[in-house]
Amino acid sequence: MTRKRRRLVVVFVCALGVGSAAALALNAFSDNLVFFVSPSDIAAKAPTSGRSFRLGGLVETGSVRRGTEAGHPFASFRVTDGKSSVTVSYDGILPDLFREGQGIVALGHLTAGGGFQASEVLAKHDENYMPKEVVDSLKRSGHWNPEGGPTPGTGG
Amino acid sequence: MIGELGHFALALGCVLAVIQAVVPLYGAQRRDVLLMRAAPALAFGQLIALAGAAGALVWASVVSDFSVANVAENSHSLKPLLYRITGTWGNHEGSILLWALILAVCGAAVGAFGGNLPTALRARVIGVLGFTSCGFLLFALLESNPFLRVWPPPVDGQGMNPLLQDPGLAFHPPILYSGYVGFAVPFAFAVAALIEGRIDAAWGRWVRPWALTAWCFLTCGIALGSWWAYYEVGWGGYWFWDPVENASLMPWLTGTALVHSAIVVEKREALKVWTVLLAIGTFAFSLSGTFMVRSGILNSVHSFANDPARGVFILGLLALVIGSSLVLFALRARHLASGGVFAPISREGALVLNNILLCSICAVVVTGTMYPLFAELVLGAKLSVGAPFFNATVLPLVIPLVAAMSIGPVLSWKRANLGAALMRLWYAALVALCVGLFAAWGWGALPALAFAGSAWLIIGALAELIERTRLLRVPFAEFLDRVAGLRRAAFGTALAHAGLGVTIAGIAGMSLASNAVVALQPGQSTHLAGYDWTLISLTDAPGPNYQSRVATISLSRDHLPIAILAPERHFFPLQNQTVSDVAIRTNGFRDLYAVLGEERDGAAVLRLHYNPLAPWIWLGALIMAGGGALSLSDRRLRLGAPAARKAPAGAAAAQ
Repeated sequence: MTRKRRRLVVVFVCALGVGSAAALALNAFSDNLVFFVSPSDIAAKAPTSGRSFRLGGLVETGSVRRGTEAGHPFASFRVTDGKSSVTVSYDGILPDLFREGQGIVALGHLTAGGGFQASEVLAKHDENYMPKEVVDSLKRSGHWNPEGGPTPGTGG
Repeated sequence: MIGELGHFALALGCVLAVIQAVVPLYGAQRRDVLLMRAAPALAFGQLIALAGAAGALVWASVVSDFSVANVAENSHSLKPLLYRITGTWGNHEGSILLWALILAVCGAAVGAFGGNLPTALRARVIGVLGFTSCGFLLFALLESNPFLRVWPPPVDGQGMNPLLQDPGLAFHPPILYSGYVGFAVPFAFAVAALIEGRIDAAWGRWVRPWALTAWCFLTCGIALGSWWAYYEVGWGGYWFWDPVENASLMPWLTGTALVHSAIVVEKREALKVWTVLLAIGTFAFSLSGTFMVRSGILNSVHSFANDPARGVFILGLLALVIGSSLVLFALRARHLASGGVFAPISREGALVLNNILLCSICAVVVTGTMYPLFAELVLGAKLSVGAPFFNATVLPLVIPLVAAMSIGPVLSWKRANLGAALMRLWYAALVALCVGLFAAWGWGALPALAFAGSAWLIIGALAELIERTRLLRVPFAEFLDRVAGLRRAAFGTALAHAGLGVTIAGIAGMSLASNAVVALQPGQSTHLAGYDWTLISLTDAPGPNYQSRVATISLSRDHLPIAILAPERHFFPLQNQTVSDVAIRTNGFRDLYAVLGEERDGAAVLRLHYNPLAPWIWLGALIMAGGGALSLSDRRLRLGAPAARKAPAGAAAAQ
């Protein structure tokens, strides 16, 4: 094998590697993008039920219900961005930093009844931290006032 | 007073770093031996100054000097002593100081152990390290000074994030940062080689121990971080494909590629330009990892400190360091003549394949991590790329990597016979096949594939050692001679490859984990994974700076008691925050794992996990790092031997 052909083989293998990586990435992307949605977005145009997305907003004060049913805990609460709100139900352990008025992000999907079934609920490690997406969505709905403290009107 | 001394030491370190950047590089350019020889002393000076600064910060934290803003914001008089010490690098300012300190350690280490390097190369390497160092020290002085005072001092500090009050996280940053920063040395070697316009086998031999050391630290650091997420955060998982985790994985992937391609430079003088590019790329990923964690530009559940101004400074530093080195690369790379022709089926060919696959994995990880940022800036869409994407893209690339990993080491250099190599691995393939079939029978296709891959790696690593020592084919005494004569690097390779096999087995085991969320009254029990989990009691207990709620769970199997688990919830009144303390009982082959949630109507909400082979994930990483260290001990001995030294003509002229 000549030097030139060897180089060609190496270039070919490289192109194959990079090409297959790109193909895998593009293929996986179309199915696995998880969009971030605010309660107002759902009110305006609800995503198809069953497709998972991330819902972000503030936990509405006084909306949290926790209980047990046949030895299994459940929790439900409303997530708001000041304009609209969505009822979220969740069967796991709520994070340590979960409390009313706090910004959270929930991963899950819409049920046929219009509620949101969460498979994961995230609150940040830091108690004062508001998820960036939640801040942006609150700004868009006009309910964010940086001078007014970390939790804008969540009474509803 | 101690704060001002620390501040002064930091400024002194910065000035010394500037001198360290200018004098040796200028001296090397002018071939002035005196200036070049000053490099190690300057590096030691910088190290002493920064050690003084770090010591001052630790001291201020230990004696709870709340007039120092950094201590007031992150410490508290009730905090246990260990966390007062380790807390100094748990916050933003302290972690940047730690970065700079480790960089200074690297410079001093090149000065101390680089006695066999040509004077000009050593001077340039230390100079480039000094240049990088002064960027970080300027950042520390201008944007994140840990020694700023507050007046009047608060009566008590604000305390640390309770999640950070944990031994795993106390030692995670120094180890991870040693890995990140350690790759500055191969980077400096690469830039120095570009300035000199010459790379030979000796360069590969010098750069490899440094890359290997950094790689060992990074491996341990990532494993420690993953272990912390597993037992402290209490989500029951070990890897979430979070941007911050990905940021540490990227330099690990390219660093692993670098460790392997440097072998080819050393043995065969091929892949030189590529190795230089990898060294630059790996350090670029280390820097951008720091940038991502510190700027909060990527949304992560692990981001502790977010500050846009600081992000911009680090981004500028990143652009300067990486941009200038890439420009240098573009100007000089064609002067690095390539040698060493080889056939595609050869040891070199296998190492090239390793590099292609590792870099492809790195490319998809970068794509998945950066795409949300790109989508927000360009498309205006808020989205995230979750674990399914990474699993779908990384897994198909890992399969050929694992398949090739056992074959590569038994191929010969230059030109090899694939059939003969495979014949030597027939029993590894047989064992892998049996394990795979057995697992497929019990658990399905993916775990079977993973277990087969794991067996292939572990037995393949053994097979290579058996092949080299001719076990059972030669008399036992000759076998012992052969074992004694085997280079430690060969054991190191086998150990590191087997370590990955152990980790893969752990990951496959974790994919079979089961868990349940239950609400139990004391006295009630539930059944999970063949065990009866009974909640015995719920009690209160005091802690040093928290109040604790303890659930006592007894585990039994077929009425035989197995273990008592006591998960806790710690309430920190100062931060008004609750942190779960997970209870884990392991026997090396499975973890029994329990988390206590909140209480409802007298019932405790518990999350119970049964995690088969979970400890193997981190054990495998430790074995990998151990293999790296073993191989390192071999190299150092060999580097010390005068015969291995090959002074290039240019350096000889300079001396």
